[in-house]
Amino acid sequence: MLNDLQLALVITRREIRDTFRDWRIIFPILVLTLIFPSLMNFTARQAIRFVEQYDAPLVADRMIPFLLMIVGFFPISVSLVIALESFVGEKERRSIEPLLCSPLSDAQLYLGKLLAAMIPPLLASYMGISVYLIGLYIQVGWTPEPILLVQIIALTTVQAILMVSGAVVVSSQTTSVRAANLLASFIIIPMSFLIQGEAIIMFWARYNILWWAILGQVLIAGLLVRTGLAYFNREEMLGHELDTLNFRWAGRRFLTSFQGSARSIIAWYRTELPTTLSQFKLPLLVSAIGLVIGIAAGASLADDFPIPARLLTFDLLKNGFIEGLEVMRFHSAAGVGTVWLHNLRAALIASLLGVFSFGVLGLLILILPMVVIGYITANIVLSGGAPLPFLAALVLPHGIFEIPAILLASAAILNLGATLTAPAHGKTIGEAWLVSLAKWGRVMLGLVLPLFLLAAIVEVYITPLIAVMILGK
Amino acid sequence: MIFTENLGKKFDEFQAVDAVSIDIPDGQVMALLGPNGAGKTTTVRMLSSILIPSSGRACVAGFDTVTHAAQVRAHVGVLTENHGLYNRMPAGEYLNFFGQLYGLEDHKRREQAQRLLEHFGLAPNARQPIGEFSKGMRQKLALARALLHNPPVLLLDEPTSAMDPESARLVRDAIHTLRSEERTIVICTHNLAEAEELADQIAIIRQGRIIASGSPLELKMRMLGPLEFEIKLAVHLNGARPALPESVTPTSSGADWLRYQTDDPFKDNPLVLKRLYEQDLPVVSLQEVPRSLEQVYLQAISAASRAASRAASRAASRAASPEQHPYAQ
Repeated sequence: MLNDLQLALVITRREIRDTFRDWRIIFPILVLTLIFPSLMNFTARQAIRFVEQYDAPLVADRMIPFLLMIVGFFPISVSLVIALESFVGEKERRSIEPLLCSPLSDAQLYLGKLLAAMIPPLLASYMGISVYLIGLYIQVGWTPEPILLVQIIALTTVQAILMVSGAVVVSSQTTSVRAANLLASFIIIPMSFLIQGEAIIMFWARYNILWWAILGQVLIAGLLVRTGLAYFNREEMLGHELDTLNFRWAGRRFLTSFQGSARSIIAWYRTELPTTLSQFKLPLLVSAIGLVIGIAAGASLADDFPIPARLLTFDLLKNGFIEGLEVMRFHSAAGVGTVWLHNLRAALIASLLGVFSFGVLGLLILILPMVVIGYITANIVLSGGAPLPFLAALVLPHGIFEIPAILLASAAILNLGATLTAPAHGKTIGEAWLVSLAKWGRVMLGLVLPLFLLAAIVEVYITPLIAVMILGK
Repeated sequence: MIFTENLGKKFDEFQAVDAVSIDIPDGQVMALLGPNGAGKTTTVRMLSSILIPSSGRACVAGFDTVTHAAQVRAHVGVLTENHGLYNRMPAGEYLNFFGQLYGLEDHKRREQAQRLLEHFGLAPNARQPIGEFSKGMRQKLALARALLHNPPVLLLDEPTSAMDPESARLVRDAIHTLRSEERTIVICTHNLAEAEELADQIAIIRQGRIIASGSPLELKMRMLGPLEFEIKLAVHLNGARPALPESVTPTSSGADWLRYQTDDPFKDNPLVLKRLYEQDLPVVSLQEVPRSLEQVYLQAISAASRAASRAASRAASRAASPEQHPYAQ
């Protein structure tokens, strides 16, 4: 292990030395390390003087820590440039092949490059923070709370890891620096949202929330590093010379994975779908746990946000409820269609978000109905009512179909999102993703859509009757 | 030391290398010849465990290139088609860096780097950034990198391209020395004279397949027919045709010379000399009529092209007249 790291550090040292030989990188680092913090210092001093005139020191109190975060962030933005260049730059300059011929393992090469892209900007960032703090101490005598300083340093570090790990994934999967730079938007845009969110937290002075931001970024960075390692391979570095989108190949790959060896729909249901489901054991388990956690989370909210008891009496179901639904033309094919499409839309949005978040956001969206069920059930219990009639009347009839559909959809989304973190030997990242997309398609088309349709039919035609029967007495 | 069996590589739909089988013992040099895009570099990349074969297998320095990739890489020195040098790095530091990657100890690394720099005449430039090097100097430095860890197997892609004649001679001498040290060497080259000089075995690759292989002598015999010899006589023949042993085939003659072909020069040449002596025809010289590897190469490539176009036209005519096909209807 130590030997492994030593070889990775050989790469890191060479890269860092090379970085420090390039004035195009050194110059902005120096500016952002020495001049920019001094500028921020000046800004902070002027802000303090200005707000003191109006007896509003709060603004300055909030601005100084915010500027501290900004001073730390700006130098690490350089890491993006270095990281984006790390693999694809060498590939473009044709200097990668001797490295690939060496006895270095893929992980050593990847780790070495990752550290090399991270260390110089991080050191610059720490220096920038020091320059800013020393300047502030000398000029206005301000020192940060130790915990805030730790938070800012931790935040800066994880932001660097996050950006670099994302950029190295991009760099190792593209074939030109130009393509890597274009794809960098997928890192820059989320990072800018993140910084805006952190800025709000800083001005809001809810510094404890920063720990969650740090934790979240650590997790995402960990997943990105895993993705990079899973899909980094020597062959890809040399095998493809051009970034080409081969739609015909992609379509064929998707269709063959979707159809499998089945020659009829019945055969497909008999052989292919069960095969996919047997591969979904872990995502199904994780989704089931997620749904249970959702119910528990919903129940826990009832304490903080109780529903007034008068709203939980279901009196409305006593008279004219069914007639009301008929007036609204709820009992119709259009009603079924509306409910079905609503669920499909939710599943599609969850899938889209899942693709960009390793499946996590998709799962979170799909467990929201469970949160609502848990919340209402807990409120009924808190108001002294019996939860079972509510569950039996309003949840179970269509829930028998809808909850398994949610479970299956969540598992398919998780599997699709997690594809990026799991190594697929002998497959490119695109090919592995297409195979996962085909599995997602199998479950969605083969099971989730029909189950949602059944649930919608039951929800429109049967659930109201059962609800009136049980709760309308 | 290098053994491949039906080695193949497919990139998506493109078959870059197809069923390549070679066997190179210790201390032998094989030259891979072929037009650009024939699959030479892909073969070398599979032998250096960078590319995973799509079919077949390869064994280098006693290790399987797929299951023991790290060991293969540790035992192979590769001179890549593109030298892959870092322009801002000084030459000495560059060799030191690769020495570290190959796990050489500190003193051995420095000693070996210094030795190689001196051998290739780069010692005075050790502190100079590589970006300031000429093409030939870069080539020599890349070769020094390949030799740095004293590998038993060397894979050299165009080892003397871009070199001046003196430097190319230096590299060829180095390869001779390496061969005498029982190293196995594969050279990809377009320089046929160089291949003929250095190689014990030649393999000609076209469209990913080996179309001809063997020692230079075997290839010449196979592609150009039996060896041809020319005898220069001390007297004029005046149109007479001297009698020669039946085992040789006379091909041409002039006023004071004659040529013949033989399958077994070791047996036939003394017989020819004896027969001429018996006919009072004094011999001034006997020498092999030079036949270059270039002739062999061009012959092999054009024969393969002809065969390919014949196959293509057969396939086209079959497609055009399906009723001719035995399984049609």
